Amino acid sequence: MSAANLLSIRHVGKHFGGLHVLQDVSFEVPAGSIYGLIGPNGAGKTTVFNLITGLLTPSAGSIDFQGASLIGQQAHQITHRGIARTFQNIRIFKEMDLLENVMVGMHEHLNYGPLALLLNSGACRAAEKRARERALELLSWVGLDHKADMLADNLSYGDQRKLEFARALATEPKLLLLDEPVAGMNPSEKTILMEEINNIRNRGYGVFMIEHDMRFVMGLCDRIAVLNFGRIIAEGTPDEVRNNPEVIEAYLGKEDAA
Amino acid sequence: MLEQQLLNALTLGSVYALFALGFTLVFGVLAVINLAHGAVFMVGSYAALAMVSHLNAPLWVAMLGAMLGSGIVGLLVDVLILKPLRARNAPHLAPMIATIGVGIMLTSSAQGLFGAEVLRFPEDILPAGEFLVGDVHVRALEIAIVAIAFLLMAVLFVTLKRTQLGRALRAIAESPKAAYLLGINVEGLFHVTSFVTAALGGIAGVLIGLNFNAITPQMGQPMLHKGIAVIILGGMGDIRGALIGGLFLGFAEVISKAYLSSQMGDAVAFGLLFLILLVRPSGLFGRKLERKA
Amino acid sequence: MEWFNDFWSTYSTLVFTVGVHALLALSIWLTLSCGLLSLANAAFMGVGAYVAALLTVNLEWSFPAVLLAGAVTPALVALLIGAPVLRLSGVYLAMATLAFGEVVRITILNLEITGGPEGLNGIPLITEGWHIVLILAVTIYSLARLRRSKIGRAFEAIKEDEIAARLMGINVDRYKLLAFTLGAFIAGLAGALNAHFTFFISPREYGFENAVDILTMAVLGGTTTLIGPMLGGTILTLLPELLRSLHDFRSLVNGAVLILVVLFLPKGIWEPRRIRAFFGRNKGDQA
Repeated sequence: MSAANLLSIRHVGKHFGGLHVLQDVSFEVPAGSIYGLIGPNGAGKTTVFNLITGLLTPSAGSIDFQGASLIGQQAHQITHRGIARTFQNIRIFKEMDLLENVMVGMHEHLNYGPLALLLNSGACRAAEKRARERALELLSWVGLDHKADMLADNLSYGDQRKLEFARALATEPKLLLLDEPVAGMNPSEKTILMEEINNIRNRGYGVFMIEHDMRFVMGLCDRIAVLNFGRIIAEGTPDEVRNNPEVIEAYLGKEDAA
Repeated sequence: MLEQQLLNALTLGSVYALFALGFTLVFGVLAVINLAHGAVFMVGSYAALAMVSHLNAPLWVAMLGAMLGSGIVGLLVDVLILKPLRARNAPHLAPMIATIGVGIMLTSSAQGLFGAEVLRFPEDILPAGEFLVGDVHVRALEIAIVAIAFLLMAVLFVTLKRTQLGRALRAIAESPKAAYLLGINVEGLFHVTSFVTAALGGIAGVLIGLNFNAITPQMGQPMLHKGIAVIILGGMGDIRGALIGGLFLGFAEVISKAYLSSQMGDAVAFGLLFLILLVRPSGLFGRKLERKA
Repeated sequence: MEWFNDFWSTYSTLVFTVGVHALLALSIWLTLSCGLLSLANAAFMGVGAYVAALLTVNLEWSFPAVLLAGAVTPALVALLIGAPVLRLSGVYLAMATLAFGEVVRITILNLEITGGPEGLNGIPLITEGWHIVLILAVTIYSLARLRRSKIGRAFEAIKEDEIAARLMGINVDRYKLLAFTLGAFIAGLAGALNAHFTFFISPREYGFENAVDILTMAVLGGTTTLIGPMLGGTILTLLPELLRSLHDFRSLVNGAVLILVVLFLPKGIWEPRRIRAFFGRNKGDQA
């Protein structure tokens, strides 16, 4: 295994009863890059994310992160290891304000004990203050700092995606999984997000995204894997994938059916 | 004496099953734990008693009246409380808490109207016969109770399995959204289910009231707990499970009371229930019921 | 001062009860704030009350030690049953905790040492007003600290979306167990205090109805703040006194309150955001 690979997925399979959702899926996400996973609806893309983040356990194969296996780890432990994600159908905490949402993401990095908390010790106050400042900084990255004390439920759809993004970053991930990050965004929002994802990569994070918007994926990703009926049918640079006959068939065939 | 105990167990078990059937059907169709079901049971027995003693109605008329009365209570609860909660998409614990309130109101009303003391049916209206089968004393009353309980359950089973109404109800239990898209009048059937299940609860109240000939405002509470035990044994929302679970509880209770202390009988039942929930929340006899959104 | 003495001799028990109910309401607030509907709090209160009363009567422990034991014992029970029970969610959890409560009640009913159905008589009247005030104050302060910390945020996150909370790195199982155990601790403390000013305890006081009463306090007051449950507890303690003239119909009002609150005030009567919105002010610094 090369040390440059942040995430290695090898021969992963997943079935629910007799239904095989994923079969023999293998690919590597290199560090410091943006990786894309595309494929028709129902191909099993979100299942891949659920397996990586520990919400599901693979039926076969191995998943390694920074050289150590993720299999059998619980979701919160995987987050501690440095993987964060957003959801296709946004899952922010609607009854909290934006600042609290982001601060939830810092949970593991606030290291005060119960006694310090009860006595309201200096260390505890300082830690909370730092967390609040950091949360504001993350909110300003996504352009939401002026709404920090708004209830998350009152945000527009696009803003909710941005908040989820900031909240994921708050866990201090090494790898960020984005499930359809631009769904429901307008072109100018997409351009801004594209820049932000590039910035994040340049800060040293790895980014792994599922996306339907081909222009977005092709313009942003360093490498792309294509999933169809639970199998990887192509993997490579955007150009290689674009010209792969199997990919063209999968997509055109899909359009016939649609 | 075992045969005598078995007869008692069958009588109790059949009424438990009848009670639990309504309870489980509400959960299956409306996805609500109706904690007022015990109070509705109590309302049924008071309704029958009132008709017998104030209107001099014959027992079978009083039974029908009790079903109608408690059915209307169930219908009102659905229309006035559960429907607005559904419309608001309230969290699933809201209806459960509201039905606790309904239970308190019904119990308190009964206490205010009829007093807290134990009331009894006049002896002369009870079916009087008693005969010996082998060395078992069989009361005509017990035969009647078992017969009525099984008859009603049979009607319900056939309705659910064989009729268009039953198919529609099962479709709703599977997914209300899909049922709605298939053109099923989901709201209407929620009302029907509420009425029917409450009517079954009410008649169960009459049968228990007759069996022990004792009616109190608090009688619904232990019955509710037994209903909960039964549907957890049988699997929540599982019709067949409620039948088997009800009979099982009847036997377990009678046998443990006969061979252990009467109080510890309850503890055994609830301890068992508690263990089942920990080990197999989907029930001992039931299949896992999970509704898709 | 004479009017005060008169008032106190008539109403001291009532005032004590308000304090104990406020504690109970806070104990269920803890589990509710984590999204858990547990109906075990009355049973935890009973365990605390019996343990405390027996230690006072039989072993003549000092009061602080008795209170501590009355709080720690139910907390240990909660810790023990919590791991398996808290795997259940929603109505299954409610049913399991209800069944647990019945097991506790029936056990107390059948033990020799607890006095069975007759209960325990002649518990010394040790609890004084300042005991309750002090314990309530410490509880409120601690919970207020907790609420504004990473623990409170974790509870809230779990309540809103368990999966999202897990993916924020929160050990959901551990925090649920914490809420459940702390709730049992406070309920036990309330039970221990209560036993030492009522003279008499019996298994009847710790059954399903009492679990529902505790839940009603929190639902009525609202669980978005700490004030809500205490307000609910106070109202529901005083209401029956005000409604004495209704006799047997008294609890009718309790039932109606529960229904009306669920229908029309889903977040309880004390909900700062709505109250502020009503007075047309923006959300300012949240206290």
